[in-house]
Amino acid sequence: MYAWKTTLKTLCAFAPLRLCVLILTLALTAFAQNDGSEQNVLGRAGTFAIQNARIVTVSGATIENGTVLIENGKIAAVGANVSVPAGAEKIDAKGLSVYPGMIDAATNLGLSEISLGVNASVDVAETGEMNPNAKAITAVNPHSAHVNITRVIGVTTVLSFPTGGTIAGQAAVVNLWGATQAEMAVVPVYGLVVNFPRIAAFGGFGQPPIEFSEAVKRRDARLEELRKYFRQAADYGRVKDAYEKDKTLPAPVTDLWLEALLPYIRGEKPVLFTAERERDIRGVVKFIEENKLKGVIIGGQEAWKAADALKKNNVPVVYTNIYNLPVRDDDPYDYLFEAPSKMAQAGLKFAISTGDDGPNVRELPVQAGLAAAYGLSKDEALKSVTLYPAQILGIADKLGSIEAGKTANLVVTDGDLLEPRTNVKYLFINGRLIPLTSRHTELYEQFKDRK
Amino acid sequence: MKRVVCFLLILVSGLLSPAFLLGQDKREVLIRNATVLTAAKGVLENTDILIQNGKIAKIGKNLKAAAGAEVIDATGKFVSPGIIDCHSHSMLDAINEGTFAVTSMTNMRDVLNPKDIAIYRALAGGVTTANLLHGSANAIGGLNTVVKFKWGKPVEDFPIPDAPPGIKFALGENPKRTHFPALPNQSPRYPRTRMGVMETIRDAFVRARDYKKSWDDYRAGKTRIPPRKDLELEPLVEILEGKRLVHSHGYRADELLNLLLIADEFGFRVATLQHGLEAYKIAPEIAKRGTGVSIFSDYWGYKLEAYDSIPYNAAILWKAGVVVSINSDSDERMRRLNLDAAKVEKYGGVPEEEALKMITLNAAKQLGIDKRTGSIEVGKDADLVVWNAHPFSVYARPELTMIEGEVYFDRSKDIERRAALEKERQELEKLDVNKSNNTTAPRLPSEKRQAERDDAEYH
Repeated sequence: MYAWKTTLKTLCAFAPLRLCVLILTLALTAFAQNDGSEQNVLGRAGTFAIQNARIVTVSGATIENGTVLIENGKIAAVGANVSVPAGAEKIDAKGLSVYPGMIDAATNLGLSEISLGVNASVDVAETGEMNPNAKAITAVNPHSAHVNITRVIGVTTVLSFPTGGTIAGQAAVVNLWGATQAEMAVVPVYGLVVNFPRIAAFGGFGQPPIEFSEAVKRRDARLEELRKYFRQAADYGRVKDAYEKDKTLPAPVTDLWLEALLPYIRGEKPVLFTAERERDIRGVVKFIEENKLKGVIIGGQEAWKAADALKKNNVPVVYTNIYNLPVRDDDPYDYLFEAPSKMAQAGLKFAISTGDDGPNVRELPVQAGLAAAYGLSKDEALKSVTLYPAQILGIADKLGSIEAGKTANLVVTDGDLLEPRTNVKYLFINGRLIPLTSRHTELYEQFKDRK
Repeated sequence: MKRVVCFLLILVSGLLSPAFLLGQDKREVLIRNATVLTAAKGVLENTDILIQNGKIAKIGKNLKAAAGAEVIDATGKFVSPGIIDCHSHSMLDAINEGTFAVTSMTNMRDVLNPKDIAIYRALAGGVTTANLLHGSANAIGGLNTVVKFKWGKPVEDFPIPDAPPGIKFALGENPKRTHFPALPNQSPRYPRTRMGVMETIRDAFVRARDYKKSWDDYRAGKTRIPPRKDLELEPLVEILEGKRLVHSHGYRADELLNLLLIADEFGFRVATLQHGLEAYKIAPEIAKRGTGVSIFSDYWGYKLEAYDSIPYNAAILWKAGVVVSINSDSDERMRRLNLDAAKVEKYGGVPEEEALKMITLNAAKQLGIDKRTGSIEVGKDADLVVWNAHPFSVYARPELTMIEGEVYFDRSKDIERRAALEKERQELEKLDVNKSNNTTAPRLPSEKRQAERDDAEYH
């Protein structure tokens, strides 16, 4: 161990190596497609005026020909007539459209580099059943290849959540920019992830399904464990409160696990429940009512069937099933394509998400578009990957639409943001002009002309 | 006697069928006023397609159909060739005979399930034809079957009778069983490395060459005792004789090239590299040999050997002159291959028609069925999809999918049937036998046929 550290120290102190890394970085990022000056992977801050653009604000009317002014990382002004300060860099966006950066509200991006067979690169699931104190923000890798690959399609913010056990840990909302986790963080500790116990007939690989009654029994046992754990946390909270009021009481021993649950049992922060079927979603709602929680559903195949209960408790849905097959053979073939339109009709608050662990988060726009092919309006489809996830994640004051004062996460395209043939021409995150390069463009440049 | 009566009954019922009464060549369908994406000769606006006897008879404006012909008004709609998926495991009851490293004696034709709901869902995504492959557990896997998705027809109607036979090979992580370690009471299966995979293939072809020689000698009268028939080596002899197409799963550039070198060594051509996620690194070597590549559009990163995959793969290969197709390898992805094809326009600027060919004509070429399907041209099978919008738009969905002039998917009819199906389901659920409470629930079906599908998910 010691030897390793010494070697590392020696290497780091070796100045020419740093130079090499710098040169290598420059070489690898020299392929910016839109703008040769954008060579640094972290992009470049500045005052930018995107002019003559079609501005799809999402929150308000689309401006057919206008300007977005970016200053100090924020949208300083937006409109048909915006005065551009002297010295601002002008970007002529004639024929182009400006959209807010897309938000995927349920991914494991950054927690897993290569999911199958490369365990060393995977940090999605902690061991054990109850891990409320595990925090995604401490494991999201800012230098994952997925960061750049995802953002160049126009997804600029994601929720990254852990997955293991019953209580998986706490999810983070991050921008797809930054050299450190702190730089990425929008909401470093956003919500608690609970894999809500469900009735599952799965009996193990190669094993026959278990009896329904047995499946119910197993679900009930796991649910009771969860209830107990929440009660334990509530007791822990009461002991702590009592001690705060009366220091003559014995000082409580800090328990990081139960401590982590306190903001959730007090309803200060949202609990994200993974649940798909109607009966499981209704089970979640019951649990939310019992414990007076702030809840969000992740998954939500049949959320539209439980819309009454969800709406009554203000529980929004992050829908992750566009690229899944209907569970039952006799479900309509478009059952899961159509679910978002049914949620919209039922007046549910929802977002569309890939639910992906990283590589395919860039499918977000196509997934939203597919929902529009099967009943959702195009306008709602766009909102379901911009403003709605921002609202669900409680960051709509900063992100999700193009409004003065919001963070300048913007995408400039040559067409409809959700269409698979549309090209991103410029990308801004935190008001920085970001190069449109990634591991994929780098490999393309290396091999495209090989004879 | 009974048999004769049966035969006569079948004959009579056949004579009374509408098709026979109308006369074979009178069976006409006319698609009117569509935007036709031919995948061969460009885009034709406001165009009619006349179908006779399951074949495309005429393409043009203001075509006339016989009285009684079915007329489909496609005004404002798009018609494309039926999508051909060059890598699928749909409708297979078993995918991997993973016990040996060489299983060329197995045949996917023996495990077709014509009632797999994946067929209908694929039709609803515009897929009409699929290359049903053995899995990738073995360096040399089983024989493939190329089918049309004739949902509702008996299983023998599915395979395309004149499609050239083929076989599955596999390289890399799957045949070396990276993700399937031996169980505690098992010894690991050879091969365990890429070295072993190559030697497994070389050894099989050495044995096949010797076997072929033993038969050649016998047939030439050089030996008097006929050799023992070897079901494992027979298909490999067909490969050596150029009669069987090799479809090889593989990811890394080096292993793909090493297979091509083995093929050079034994004098055969590899028909397709399946997946070929790093094929772009060796595009000239692939192009030189006339080998096709069947890829994912932009699916990547799920395992180490998929980490250097890039969505520009199609563009680089296409520019090098390789015949490229885009496949699904998945019942789910299969439903949206049109969007996967659309993406290659963005990544590297493949022209629209060339991108469309990657899910139609090019796949047909790779499978040796391009004379009958894959594009909208006179004389070809009427395997067509009517879309509500351009199939490369995310807002597009198939409205009608037909095979040989017959409609196998009709969205409006599907929607019409839903209320009745839902009612039937509710009535069934109310039956005593299906009533469930926590103590006396009905038994669940013991096992679904799909349970046999093991590592298909690992690609």
